[in-house]
Amino acid sequence: MRFTKDHEWVVVEDGVATVGITAYAAEQLGDVVFVETPDVGKTVAQGEGFAVVESVKAASDVYAPVSGEVVETNAGLGDSPETVNADPEQGGWFARVRLSDPAQVEALMDRAAYDAYLGTL
Amino acid sequence: MSMNSVGRPTAPNSDAGTGAFASLTGGRGLLQDEALIFERDGWFKTGVDLPEPDLPADDLGDLVRQEAIGLPGLSEPEAMRHYVRLSQKNHAIDLALYPLGSCTMKHNPRLNEKLARLPGFADIHPLQPQSTVPGALELMDRLAHWLKTLTGMPAVALTPKAGAHGELCGILAIRAAHEARGDAARKVVLVPTSAHGTNPATAAFVGYTVREIAQTSDGRVDLADLEARLGPDVAAIMVTNPNTCGLFERDIVEIARLTHAAGAFFYCDGANFNAIVGRVRPGDLGVDAMHINLHKTFSTPHGGGGPGAGPVVLSEALAPFAPAPWLVHGPDGLALTEHETAEAGRAFGRMSAFHGQMGMFVRAYAYMRSHGADGLRQVAEDAVLNANYLKARLSDVMSPAFPDGPCMHEALFDDSWLEGTGVTTLDFAKAMIDEGFHPMTMYFPLVVHGAMLIEPTETESRQELDRFVEALRALAGAVRAGDVERFRGAPHLAPLRRLDETLAARKPRLRWRPEAVQTLAAE
Repeated sequence: MRFTKDHEWVVVEDGVATVGITAYAAEQLGDVVFVETPDVGKTVAQGEGFAVVESVKAASDVYAPVSGEVVETNAGLGDSPETVNADPEQGGWFARVRLSDPAQVEALMDRAAYDAYLGTL
Repeated sequence: MSMNSVGRPTAPNSDAGTGAFASLTGGRGLLQDEALIFERDGWFKTGVDLPEPDLPADDLGDLVRQEAIGLPGLSEPEAMRHYVRLSQKNHAIDLALYPLGSCTMKHNPRLNEKLARLPGFADIHPLQPQSTVPGALELMDRLAHWLKTLTGMPAVALTPKAGAHGELCGILAIRAAHEARGDAARKVVLVPTSAHGTNPATAAFVGYTVREIAQTSDGRVDLADLEARLGPDVAAIMVTNPNTCGLFERDIVEIARLTHAAGAFFYCDGANFNAIVGRVRPGDLGVDAMHINLHKTFSTPHGGGGPGAGPVVLSEALAPFAPAPWLVHGPDGLALTEHETAEAGRAFGRMSAFHGQMGMFVRAYAYMRSHGADGLRQVAEDAVLNANYLKARLSDVMSPAFPDGPCMHEALFDDSWLEGTGVTTLDFAKAMIDEGFHPMTMYFPLVVHGAMLIEPTETESRQELDRFVEALRALAGAVRAGDVERFRGAPHLAPLRRLDETLAARKPRLRWRPEAVQTLAAE
């Protein structure tokens, strides 16, 4: 699992990245009440807003941690946005993206680096 | 002599308990538990007797309604009492301090209300001949003059109906100005991370891509980041000054210079104009457009008395694009015109039907004239002084988000002083209700963790500020003493306890469904 400074995570399997927000982000947001995922087929560029997560405190953009084409989204979040709080780094995934530039993943932080980064916040 | 030996007792019962008490019916100290108006007395009766219509129902053919309409069936006293009871459960600036940061909840002087009800203002209609309303037109002209003078700007659009509507007006004028000079490549609006949510919403609504400008550690726009992001693709920046952290953007002139050098326009969010009115003219800072929330700076009611008003002042470069209608000095005096003239030839369109919200114009003008230029200056000074007084008196028990230097009109605290106590910003705010004070703005601006944003305004006296401070200091003491239950369960004494905001957002029930009506109609 790789991480961004904006608190997204990525897990890659067969050239497809599963993307979500980290446990830290979910805890900071508070109770998530709505998630807007991108349309399947959409092409996203690394760093651009590609989903929206709304909690009782605020609405926040989720940035695409990698570039590529959205091939699947987590339909379950529509009825159960609370999954993002309950299981942020697995069941609460947002979308799957077919990587257009696999090298981008290597540049992201690993768990140890992300934990060290959280320590600086 | 005869005397009543069983008279009314006049002393409290010496054995009356003081412990927890719950009423039998849900009522509370002369306040009944309030049902929805639909559920209160049923829909099956009506409060008025209407004559049978003498129109033949046949004329309606199959349009005759088959089911009951389902309106509440209350008599006048029942309807009146329902709404008065609800108002008693509400909080209002007429009841007490209302310290919502970013909202400027100031007193609405009664003089404003008296003048707004003068028949010459209250009873006129937008479609009556202009020759019959010269006074109203003159008031609009004088209000415009004050707004232009106070901001140092050459033009003002009076028609926008609120702050966000004013933002839309300003950004539409900016887009029109770019288009008029054939500059179609600008697709980006820059907004600081601490901005009001309406700023990016406005830019996106007009069709721009929003990019964030970073903030410095002392809560201001990061000039280096701004400079790096400015370029031929940027149409405008939107900056609030003082900003939502309650801080003056001390590099504002440089921000304007950099923006203009890149060919972009400077939109200033005027929501916090109360802090600088009479002291600073935004036009002198290089602002191209700014909305003015009359319900903040100029004391018109928040959400009361009809629609609001958010006039927008415009620079020389944007003035030609001001929306219709325009108030012009013609041979027969003032006139509202929709016909394009030389100075207003390229309007982007219009923001609303007619001319804007006259009731708010009258109230704002009354406030300006009753304060005078010197009084408005003192408004800003007292608002800033009050906020700094709160910051000074609370900084030893709470943690100011930006401890260095004075603040402007609002004092911002973060939740680092609550860390490890088991009490959150939300808990603390709810406990304030039990102490008789409306909470401050919470969790905004987003850039400050667990933010508590307090704006006392110039309305409050030293004594009232002291009462507020003592309540917050007492609560802070309870936090430190480990009295967590006081906070976790708060509010204990409000008509309703802590509401489940998460459930309300996840599973909203947005309308009352008249199951009972359908059932009864079928019988």
